[in-house]
Amino acid sequence: MIQYVWLIPVFPLMGFLINGLYGKRLPKNLVGTIGAGVIGLSFALTVAIFLEFLKLPAASRPVEIVVYNWIAAGKFSVPIGFLVDPLSLIMLLVVSGVSFLIHIYSVGYMHDDPGFPRFFTYLNLFVFFMLILVGANNFLMMFVGWEGVGLCSYLLIGYWYEKQSASDAGKKAFVVNRIGDFGFLLGMFLLFWTFGTLNFREVFALAGRYPVGSGIITAATLLLFVGATGKSAQIPLYTWLPDAMEGPTPVSALIHAATMVTAGVYMVARCSALYALAPFSLTVVATIGALTAIFAATMGMAQFDIKRVLAYSTVSQLGYMFLACGVGAFVAGIFHLMTHAFFKALLFLGAGSVSHAVSGELDMRRMGGLKDHIPITYRTFLIATLAIAGIFPFAGFFSKDEILFHALVDGNYFYWGIGTVAAFITAFYMFRAVYMVFFGESRVDPHVAHHVHESPPLMTVPLMILAFLSIVGGFVGFPIIEGGHKFKEFLSPSITPVGHGGHPPVSLEIGLMAFSMAVAAIGIYTAYKLYMLRPDLPGWLAEKFRVPYDLIYNKYYVDQIYDTIVVEPIKSGSTLLWTQVDDKVVDGAVNGSASTVAWLSAHLRRLETGFLQNYALAIVLGVTLVVGYLLG
Amino acid sequence: MTLTIPTFSLISIGPWLTLALGAILILLVDALSKGRKTYFPYFSLAVLALAAFQTIDLWGAQSTDFARMVYVDNFAFLFYLILILGAALTILLSRPYLEEWGKDMGEYYALILFATVGMMMMAASAHMIMIFLGLEVMSIAVYVLAGFFREDARSNEAALKYLVLGAFASAFLLFGMAFLYGAAGGSLYLDELAKRLTDAATLTKPLTLLAIALLVVGFGFKVAAVPFHMWTPDVYEGAPTSITAYMAVAVKAAAFAAFARVFFLAFPAFHVNWHMLLWVLAVATMTLGNVVAIAQTNIKRMLAYSSIAHAGYILVALVAANQLGAVSILYYLLAYTLMNIGAFGVVILVARKKDSYLNIYDYSGLAYQHPGLAAGMAVFMFALAGMPPTAGFVGKFYIFSAAVQAGYIWLAILGVMNSLVSVYYYLRITVLMYMRPAEADLGPIAFTPAVTACVIATAVATVLVGIFPGWFYDLAMNSVKIFPSL
Repeated sequence: MIQYVWLIPVFPLMGFLINGLYGKRLPKNLVGTIGAGVIGLSFALTVAIFLEFLKLPAASRPVEIVVYNWIAAGKFSVPIGFLVDPLSLIMLLVVSGVSFLIHIYSVGYMHDDPGFPRFFTYLNLFVFFMLILVGANNFLMMFVGWEGVGLCSYLLIGYWYEKQSASDAGKKAFVVNRIGDFGFLLGMFLLFWTFGTLNFREVFALAGRYPVGSGIITAATLLLFVGATGKSAQIPLYTWLPDAMEGPTPVSALIHAATMVTAGVYMVARCSALYALAPFSLTVVATIGALTAIFAATMGMAQFDIKRVLAYSTVSQLGYMFLACGVGAFVAGIFHLMTHAFFKALLFLGAGSVSHAVSGELDMRRMGGLKDHIPITYRTFLIATLAIAGIFPFAGFFSKDEILFHALVDGNYFYWGIGTVAAFITAFYMFRAVYMVFFGESRVDPHVAHHVHESPPLMTVPLMILAFLSIVGGFVGFPIIEGGHKFKEFLSPSITPVGHGGHPPVSLEIGLMAFSMAVAAIGIYTAYKLYMLRPDLPGWLAEKFRVPYDLIYNKYYVDQIYDTIVVEPIKSGSTLLWTQVDDKVVDGAVNGSASTVAWLSAHLRRLETGFLQNYALAIVLGVTLVVGYLLG
Repeated sequence: MTLTIPTFSLISIGPWLTLALGAILILLVDALSKGRKTYFPYFSLAVLALAAFQTIDLWGAQSTDFARMVYVDNFAFLFYLILILGAALTILLSRPYLEEWGKDMGEYYALILFATVGMMMMAASAHMIMIFLGLEVMSIAVYVLAGFFREDARSNEAALKYLVLGAFASAFLLFGMAFLYGAAGGSLYLDELAKRLTDAATLTKPLTLLAIALLVVGFGFKVAAVPFHMWTPDVYEGAPTSITAYMAVAVKAAAFAAFARVFFLAFPAFHVNWHMLLWVLAVATMTLGNVVAIAQTNIKRMLAYSSIAHAGYILVALVAANQLGAVSILYYLLAYTLMNIGAFGVVILVARKKDSYLNIYDYSGLAYQHPGLAAGMAVFMFALAGMPPTAGFVGKFYIFSAAVQAGYIWLAILGVMNSLVSVYYYLRITVLMYMRPAEADLGPIAFTPAVTACVIATAVATVLVGIFPGWFYDLAMNSVKIFPSL
């Protein structure tokens, strides 16, 4: 079975082609069935390969499947190849599994959208590239996936292009990601230049000969991490993700929560062998991760748009994952990536189900008291919230706790302290959202209020499955008990360990767990106090602490700062270059539309002589420069 | 006085003769018979196919002919094939477009064939004079083609500008050759230049450098390198669209063939000088082309600046001056031929009625009215932007890898940055097609079979050559073996 691993991305590609070429002519149900069905096939195949892989003896792992040699240049070659190892299998399972559920949900959610086939076309293409990204056995193919998912993300954020804000958000995501991609490319070039290969296993094997802290590896890992900050929305490139919520909710769930944005974490974990050699890079990764975790969490406190709350929470949770990687706990990072995929996808789909119920409303100030009207959505949303808040025995508890534990043991108090404060804030703002949406007085628009309804089974069944996963997903990584951490046991061969392997006392681990539970509980209680018992308090607090509140509410003005110091100068610079330097007159005159022809012919003679002289002059200048350069 | 007539074999230049005879035949038939002739495109395609077969038949030969004036080698042959492909695709695009303008005339096809002969001469030249001969044969035909729509002001303007500036640039090229003749002590054979220019380097060094500079000007003009690019937007915009496509791919390919052969063979002793010079030109060309393209709203102008940028990328490969660099020139020119002619094919289809719709906003909502056409254009835009897995990506990958291999890390970085910038304006077309409502109902598009076939074939080929680049890489590797010094 394993040799058919290349079929995993081929199924979504087929869906993309069928829906892309014939979607408009096919009945809606068929489009939806194809769109979700191909992902189902990928998931089924992934499961089959996973089961077969489990039976393989350790000696014959991992498996590399090379389909054919794509780009060959001398001794160097890049194959279309797949690396089947524990890490890629976990990613393939998460990506195809969560995608499958979200596709099913989308059939219900997007049912009345006129662009139904287009939506599934893009979505299938996205899954294709995402599976390429995580399945690849070399950097270049990973980059192909990396670029591809970015493109699809852009197309899907701007899916409702009629909305100006949606197409602006798409553009922003695109531009910000370019910066990150540039870093990734440079890192890749540096690796290629150093090692002469881009195959993961070859690069990692060759890198082993370099001493810890070598300049080349540090530079390469830092450049790769720049790519990760773009794709995974970390400081300073996180600004696009909150705006990306302009896309349809299933897109937010799939791309901007569960899969694409975690690509950076996956990439860092994949390169653990390189990062292990670059302590400085690890410190950078951990610091950026920790700062992002707390920075984004504070911004999440003052948002009223439910999807934006979730977006900041995603940025913050991604920060956690990088924090884990940065302190060398790559396994914990991937573990959190997986549990996060379950509960964050669930939160987004739940938010979609809520807005479905209240006719597209997203502002939590116009919700409230929805608990009894949409019970399934409420219960599943609550489960996901408990999971993200880190309450035992929900999935998030295990993964988040493992990260905090490693932050303390392998990192230092600083990382652990930030992580713990962020955990408190997370518990607070997530329950703030739960209370504002589901409890209290209904603030729903009266026109909408009378037909608040639960979503159809196509949407609620995926919610329930994800809720189930959010409850039990953490048990694969049960700590303390010897052999309880199946996840770590399975994943370890793919990861190069960093830090001390010594076992701290079990009492410390249990003590930390109890402590973080207590922190989460206080966070929840604070939210309860502010939004249930004393609903007047938040407004009073906001008044009292006007300056910090405004700062958070306006997201620290980072967008405005970027606009002023980066975006505007580039815009005016480009315009200047065009209008002043290249051809000031020509473009105004010859804009190619038929209407200017008449005007043009009248002025042609006069203009033309001018042009020719100018152009000839430019050539002469060029000659002077070139000759002067060579002879000078 | 004894006159020795050198022995020569006409078979060595068989493809040239076929195309030239075909062109003459078209002119004769057109002049001597009455009535409208519809078979010229088919005839031209047949002639091109015959020339291609002859080229394939010659494949593997490695010699010179006509008193060492002409190379008979795989490097030339591979260029022949790329040039023939470019000419054939152009002819496929032409018929319905010319008919719209009432200009479906025999000389159009004859001129394309003549121009192709000139290009082939440039690709196979073993002597400076042959290069100049080829360049002029090509250029004069293309000047006429650029002004083929005589009644159209813009076409006229384009032809005149191209002619005057082209003559100007040719003069510099010729000057350079003259200096070279002096510096080398009376020889212009490419293989001899290398030996002669190293010997008395101190004496003739300034002269040689001057010659190199002037050659760069001459070739730089033909490939539209900055600062010799000023004519490009105007000429590309004004010329008939099919000819714009032809100029962008075939003229560029031929100029690069000669450019590469001269600089790879003739100036080993001066490689530091011309590498650094071309380094600067490459960066300037890429950057200006890409940055200014962002601001364009006319699709032909945008593609003109895009073609400047692409010349910059190929210059990067020239600077790298290693085997992979030479291979990447060939691969990139093939990729560029496919994706650029395809893009111009879409432009022709969308423009209609004497080029009424050339604004990029005319592409708004194209995906809803003509999904297939929009999908094709999207493929070409992605390929031009260098998105994987298209041929454009693999080509850029080869080029930048070659630069890295040669140690020009910064050049590769600047190239990568440039191609990231370029994504912006290529993707804008895609976004307009897929994510904007139509500005106005454009009405039906006439999908003429030849143009449609050309667009489909180039789109499929752009993707396939990107997914399976190996076979062409091997061919190119085989053909650049003639440069032992790389």
